[in-house]
Amino acid sequence: MSTTNNAAKDIIVFDKVNKWYGNSFHVLRDINLNVKQGERIVVCGPSGSGKSTLIRCINRLEEHQEGHLYVDGTELTDDVKAIDKIRKEVGMVFQQFNLFPHLTVLENLTLSPMYVGKVPKKEAEEKAMLQLKRVRIAEQAGKYPLQLSGGQQQRVAIARALCLTPKIMLFDEPTSALDPEMIKEVLDVMVEMANQGITMICVTHEMGFAKAVADRVIFMDQGQIVEQNNPHDFFNNPQTDRSKDFLSKILGH
Amino acid sequence: MAETIVFQSAPARPAPVKTEGLVPWAKANLFANWQSTVTTVIVLGVLLYAIPNFIQWAFLTATTVPNADACRAPGVGACWGVVTEKYRLIIFGRYPMDEQWRPLVATLLLLALLVASCTRAFWNKWIIVLWVVVVGTFFALMYGNVFGLTKVTTDRWGGLPLTIMLSSLSMVMSFPIAIAVALGRRSALPAIRTFCTIYVELIRGVPLISVLFMASFMFPLFMPQGVTVDVMIRVLAGLTLFAAAYMAEVIRGGLQAMPKGQTEAAASLGLSYWQTQFKIILPQALALVVPSIVNNFIGLFKDTSLVGIVSLYELTGSLGLALNGDADWRPYKLEGYVFITLIYFAFCFAMSRYSLWIEKQVNKSKLR
Repeated sequence: MSTTNNAAKDIIVFDKVNKWYGNSFHVLRDINLNVKQGERIVVCGPSGSGKSTLIRCINRLEEHQEGHLYVDGTELTDDVKAIDKIRKEVGMVFQQFNLFPHLTVLENLTLSPMYVGKVPKKEAEEKAMLQLKRVRIAEQAGKYPLQLSGGQQQRVAIARALCLTPKIMLFDEPTSALDPEMIKEVLDVMVEMANQGITMICVTHEMGFAKAVADRVIFMDQGQIVEQNNPHDFFNNPQTDRSKDFLSKILGH
Repeated sequence: MAETIVFQSAPARPAPVKTEGLVPWAKANLFANWQSTVTTVIVLGVLLYAIPNFIQWAFLTATTVPNADACRAPGVGACWGVVTEKYRLIIFGRYPMDEQWRPLVATLLLLALLVASCTRAFWNKWIIVLWVVVVGTFFALMYGNVFGLTKVTTDRWGGLPLTIMLSSLSMVMSFPIAIAVALGRRSALPAIRTFCTIYVELIRGVPLISVLFMASFMFPLFMPQGVTVDVMIRVLAGLTLFAAAYMAEVIRGGLQAMPKGQTEAAASLGLSYWQTQFKIILPQALALVVPSIVNNFIGLFKDTSLVGIVSLYELTGSLGLALNGDADWRPYKLEGYVFITLIYFAFCFAMSRYSLWIEKQVNKSKLR
C-alpha cells in the first residue's frame, strides 16, 4: 500500500512534457507525473518505451522540448544555474556504472564534493569512506574500478551518487548489466536506501524489488504512462491489456 | 532431508606441452610451416652476408684519422675521420667556433629540462617555472648581448642545439593548442567548431615546407613597415601550428573513443564542462593515444630538418654545410650521414622507450 501522506509536497512535477529524438521519434508524449518527497517509484515497460528518457530528463541529461518540468521547485530550462542546482540535488546510477576508470574508488567519490561542493579534501574523504561503509565496500577504497566485480562497481556508483547528499536518487536499470549472483548485493543496498526516506525513481525489471519497496509502479509504453498503481494492485490486478501482456511476459517463467 | 554433497574443485595441472622457452618459441614463430621456414632461412642468409660485411667496413678496415689522404688509401673502409675533423661544424653549425661552449651549455640545460619533465618527481606546478627559466637561459646564452656575451644572431645558430630547441619548444607549445582545437572541433558552438575545422584542414592540406616558406618569406610582406619578427620565432610558430593541427586530430580520436557514459556521469555529479574535460575526459582520452602522440613527436623531431629550406642549418643542414664546400671531405658524406643518423636514432629511440613507460603508467588503473 502507499505509504506517502498527502501533506508531503511534490518534489518532481512533469506537466505535459513532450520530447522528440530528431524530427520524427516522439519518445515522451504528454507526460504528467507528480512525485512526492520520499516517494519510491519503480518505472517499467518494454525497451524503447521512454522510461530511461523520462528519468534522464529529471537531471537534464536529456532536454524536453514541450511542457514544464519542475524539480524541487525549480523549473528545468536552458538556464545553466538551475541545471547546476538540480544536479547537486539529484544523484544518478547508470546501467553501465559509468565509474571513472582512471581514478581510484575513493577518488571517484571525492571528485564531485571537492570540485563542485568545494569541500576540503580530508572532509570529502571522511564522508566518502562513510558512504563506502554504507554500501559495505570500504576495504576497496584504494582500488581502481576495473579491479572490482560488477556488483562492487555498481555499489561504488551508488555511494558516489550519495556523496552529494542528494534529495532524489535516479536508478537507470542498475542491475541489468550484472551477473545473476551480483544482483542481490546491489538490490540489498537499494532496499536499505529506500528504507531511509530518500526519494527514489528506479527503472528496473526486478519485480521482487518493486513489490518490496515501491510506493508506486509506473508502466510505460510508446512514450506514455499507460498505467500507475501501488505494486500490489499493479501486479495482481493490472488494468490495461498492454500491462497484462507485459506482465505475462516478464513473470511468465 | 537429503544430505548435501560438498563441492570440491579439481586441482589445477600444468599444461601438457611446453609453450614457453626458446625452442617452442622458435618452432611457433620461425618454423611454423614451410613458408615460414623458407623465409627464416632467406633472412638468416642475408643477415649472415650483410653483417660481416658491415662490420668489415665500419670497424675492421675503417680509419678515424682526420686526414683525407688516409681515407683515400686503397683497402680502407669507412672514413670516420670526416667526423673527427668536422664534428664541431656538424653539431654546432655556423655558430662562432670560440663561442661554442654557449650552445653546448644551453643544449645540456635544455636536455636536462626535458629529462626532468619526463620524470614523475617533477610533475608539479614548479616545472612550468623551470621551463620559463631554462628556455630563457637557453635563448640568453645562444643570442648573447647580455652579461658580456657577444651577440650571435639567429641565422648563425645551427646544428643539434637548433634541432633540439625547435622540436622541444614546438612539441610543448603545440600540445595545449592541439587540446584546444580538438575540444573546439567537438564544441556545440558552430563558430568555434568551424574555425577549428578550417584550421586543421588548411594546415593538413599543405606540406610543412610551404608552411615554413610562408612563415619565412610571405609573413614579413604582410607586416607593417619597420616591424620585424625574427625568422627563428616565425619558423618556431610555423612548426608549432603545423604540429598542433596533426596532434589535434590524434587527440580528437581519443576523445571520440570515450564512452558517452563518462560525460553523463560527470554531468550527473554536477561537474562543469571544463571540469569534466580536464578531470574525466582528457586524462583518459590522452592515455588512449599516447602511442600516436609520441609518433607525432618523433615525426616532428625529424621534420625540423626541413627548416633548411629557409636557411636555418639544424643537424642535417649543418652536415651539408660542413661537407659540401670542402672538396677533400665531400666524398665521405655517407659516413657523415651515418653519424647524424646515430644521433637522430638515439633521440627517437629514447622517445619511443619513454612512450612505453608512459603507457605502462597510464594503464596501471586497468591492471586487474
